[in-house]
Amino acid sequence: MIKSLDPRVTRAEIEIENPIAPLNELDQWETYEVFHQKKRGDQHMHVGIVHAPNAEMAFLFGKEQYGRRGFSVNIWVVKTRDVFASEYDDSDIFDTVPEKQYREAGGYKVMEKINKYKKGV
Amino acid sequence: MYGNAYIDPNDKAAAMIANEDPQKLEAFEKRIAAGEKIEPKDWMPKEYRKQLIRMIEQHAHSEIIGALPEGTWITRAPGFRRKLALMAKVQDEVGHAQLLYSAAETLGKSREAMINDLIIGKSKYSNVFNYPAFTWADACIIAWLIDAGAIINQVANAKGSYGPYCRALDRICTEESFHLKYGHDNVVTLATGTQKQREMVQGALTRWWPPIMHFFGPSDKISNHTEILMRWKVKMASNDDMRQQFLNMYVPKIWDLGLVIPDPNLKKNEEGVWEYTEPDWDEFKKVINGGGPCNAERLAVRRNAEERGRWVREALNTTESKYIVPLA
Repeated sequence: MIKSLDPRVTRAEIEIENPIAPLNELDQWETYEVFHQKKRGDQHMHVGIVHAPNAEMAFLFGKEQYGRRGFSVNIWVVKTRDVFASEYDDSDIFDTVPEKQYREAGGYKVMEKINKYKKGV
Repeated sequence: MYGNAYIDPNDKAAAMIANEDPQKLEAFEKRIAAGEKIEPKDWMPKEYRKQLIRMIEQHAHSEIIGALPEGTWITRAPGFRRKLALMAKVQDEVGHAQLLYSAAETLGKSREAMINDLIIGKSKYSNVFNYPAFTWADACIIAWLIDAGAIINQVANAKGSYGPYCRALDRICTEESFHLKYGHDNVVTLATGTQKQREMVQGALTRWWPPIMHFFGPSDKISNHTEILMRWKVKMASNDDMRQQFLNMYVPKIWDLGLVIPDPNLKKNEEGVWEYTEPDWDEFKKVINGGGPCNAERLAVRRNAEERGRWVREALNTTESKYIVPLA
């Protein structure tokens, strides 16, 4: 029995040799991805994960873990396995080509035309 | 709060990158050199993954075990405000463990596997938590100086290369700043108090100085091994550099309070480098390998908590649960 400096430990009557069976797979449940909104008007942002047996518990843990110092006004939790994500190896799918200037504000240059027109008038 | 990952000095540098695809390795190192972060599903050398798992896992265990000597003092903290503050601090530490376990999991080791390795005594955690907190003043010295050391380590590591670990550390550092202030406030209260209070805090400092000097780990000579870990931004500063930084920041603050550091050789030399009596590294090794005053109690308490909570976790579990590695 542990005689500890900690009276709570002594009261718990814990054997110093107390081997336990290893935790099984899923003992700590699956994971949820947590998103929070810092203040009204902001986007929700990913802040991390929690382990939980269901969405309600994930919400509670998420609130405790990521919102306990008043940094959140709203929280979402989503099962990790329900997130459909791109691979970093495929990040070239986001590449663009120089020809697509027609989608950019910088692709439109009108001053030259205006000046030419003014001179001609 | 945390010191430094204990890295086996016998690990061979050459073996670290053996059998790695040279092209992928080059791209990986280029990305790190450019200051980009590595994310969980990126290609990474096996040794990078292994060292990070070990380091983040040890860090997580340290937060959990570190909460034990401090938690001891919740019921006996002097005054209601200090009880509340200490409870908040202990909750923070346990929350840090959750963040860190999550970061380690993204590298492919499950949380259950990490907890199992802790409770059978296979994994390490910060050595300081194998010492007892004899008096309230010990808890104050821990909250001030151990957390101060932890912040130095964590601020350095937050600039590392692994995205999930950096993100966890940013959050942790914000919370640790309250711990430091809280600890300092408590130490100042004792040091500026009655004769008895001053004796108490001096006693605690005298007891905790050797573990504090051990905190950053033994002097690490620049080996190829450390050099690679530093190039990969797994290790951000040498143990000696962090110890120097700590002494530079905190020795003057301790002396300000008229407290005596139990090392007659401690002084800053003309080059601005702190000189001190070499800590007893045999003692350090003995304690880290299980021979400290509290190792057995810490793990027994931890096992007890797992065992008593097991039925709750099982009752909440649903058959449709399915584990996949978290994304970020």
